[in-house]
Amino acid sequence: MMINSRCNAFAAQLGCATVLMMLAPVMGEATTVEEDMVWTGGLRQAYFGDRPITQSDDLIVLDAPNRAEDAAIVPISITAQIPQTDERYIKTIHLFIDKNPGPLVGTFHFTPKSGRADLALRVRVNAYGPIRAIAETSDGELFMSRRFIKATGGCSAPAGSDLDAAMARLGKIKLRTNSVARLAQPTAAQLMISHPNLNGMQMDQVTHLYAPAHFVRHVKVRFDGEEIFSAETGIGISENPIFRFFFVPDSEGQLTAEVTDTQGLQFRQTLQVVPVGTLR
Amino acid sequence: MLQLTFALCAFSCRAVPVQTPESCSPSTGVVQVAAGVYVRPGHAAVVFEGDEIANIGFVVGDRCVAVIDTGGSLAEGQALDCAIREVTERPVCYVINTHVHPDHLLGNLAFKRPGVEFVGHAKLPRALAMRGDTYLERASAYESRALHESIFVFPERTLTSVIQLDIGERVLTVRAHKSAHTDHDISVVDEKTKTAFLGDLVFLEHLPVIDGSINGWIGELEAMTSESLAYVVPGHGPVRALWPSAAEPTLQYLTGLRENVRAWIASGGDLASAQDNIDQPRSEEWLLFDRYQRRNVGAAYAELEWED
Repeated sequence: MMINSRCNAFAAQLGCATVLMMLAPVMGEATTVEEDMVWTGGLRQAYFGDRPITQSDDLIVLDAPNRAEDAAIVPISITAQIPQTDERYIKTIHLFIDKNPGPLVGTFHFTPKSGRADLALRVRVNAYGPIRAIAETSDGELFMSRRFIKATGGCSAPAGSDLDAAMARLGKIKLRTNSVARLAQPTAAQLMISHPNLNGMQMDQVTHLYAPAHFVRHVKVRFDGEEIFSAETGIGISENPIFRFFFVPDSEGQLTAEVTDTQGLQFRQTLQVVPVGTLR
Repeated sequence: MLQLTFALCAFSCRAVPVQTPESCSPSTGVVQVAAGVYVRPGHAAVVFEGDEIANIGFVVGDRCVAVIDTGGSLAEGQALDCAIREVTERPVCYVINTHVHPDHLLGNLAFKRPGVEFVGHAKLPRALAMRGDTYLERASAYESRALHESIFVFPERTLTSVIQLDIGERVLTVRAHKSAHTDHDISVVDEKTKTAFLGDLVFLEHLPVIDGSINGWIGELEAMTSESLAYVVPGHGPVRALWPSAAEPTLQYLTGLRENVRAWIASGGDLASAQDNIDQPRSEEWLLFDRYQRRNVGAAYAELEWED
């Protein structure tokens, strides 16, 4: 029996290795044309029609891990390559994960008051595939930064690990600045929302009904009444959504975050910001 | 050793055993770790990248047999079933799943028959439903065949605290834990020999993997160390270890990781940078560190950032 087991294990390894060797050249040659089938096959047209989109990292750079260790929490960031000026700024960033059930993860809006159209957040990744951020400038141009993510890890599933903890804290919001706020300088801020962000695809095994989707739908952040960041979001956002963005405090003022979910629940948090250099 | 393996394989691969309903291929390496308590040893590997990964086993009572975890595939479950028949003619009456992870649970189907009751944590069905699609896809790819969701066998009896199962002059204490390795861990104590199957509440050799709550896990393990047990069967690592010393490596890793991640959060570092930079605590004991450390840092970070 010992012999058999070793043999089986060895044969399995051999089989696996052989299969991998056979697949390797194919995978190596996999062109972006094949990878982009979901995008070119309808997604692009549905959201942008025939508008030209420049694929380059000149306007924004999307940063994502090559391999997502935990498909439920994949940290990604977008870094703007231009400042937000009144003359020209990044107005909107659309984020897509092609192979997710809802490919549009969210639409994020910025203003000149944002200072920088940088954004960091966490997303769910269902399968190997492209992730793309498309920035729209105030003068109507579209630029796309694209990366490829491997979702992996056998235990991973694009759902959270402790739903009950998230549910118990539902609606709790943490809002803070991530660096010392300086007068008239772009300052990083972080908004954390405790929310299970249920995607509506979890079947109740007793009733065989799907638990209704329940997720954060809308986020709006203002500084002293003026909008600096807002977002429409979907089920591609991880449980307990978190957003990092910038704003320019041109005086002492109040940072206000308003969050609405798909059940119409509203959550709100404020933070008093006193920038260094403010005359008091 | 490698050459020997090659030689053995080359020899035995020619002889294809005849499979009849009466004959089957039992799991190999099954050892009796206490009177009537058997374990099929696992070998550290990433899920869906290897076979026989977790320690799984069974306890033989005067009336029937309780299986604790069934392995990573139907074939593994069938081999365990076969190994049971080599030890006893008594029927299997319970399959207890310690948690949802596929290396422990995907052999369930091998035991789905009249007279066998599946037992699990009350949160196991939800956890399996949430992960089912992913598991199905990965298992189908690994086994190179299209699997159907019928491979998932859900528990018929679920628990939220403690129950006892009598398998004939032998009582098993089955305990549902608070969120720890997962949010639905189960441990099983054979009261006759004071041997405990701890599932993945305890890892040895294989790096602990967080899929529940790092704070909860540390809390559960610390509380359990005062229990008087003769032996424990960890979910990964040697088939038998002493208690409470078996808990130490897992506890040391988790508390060390928590300290590092808390410090990272306090310094304003984000999740991505935490994953890129936190490579401690690391000890030579841990296998698969490079495969699971980033995941653990992420899971710990996402939990600890909500601490006040």
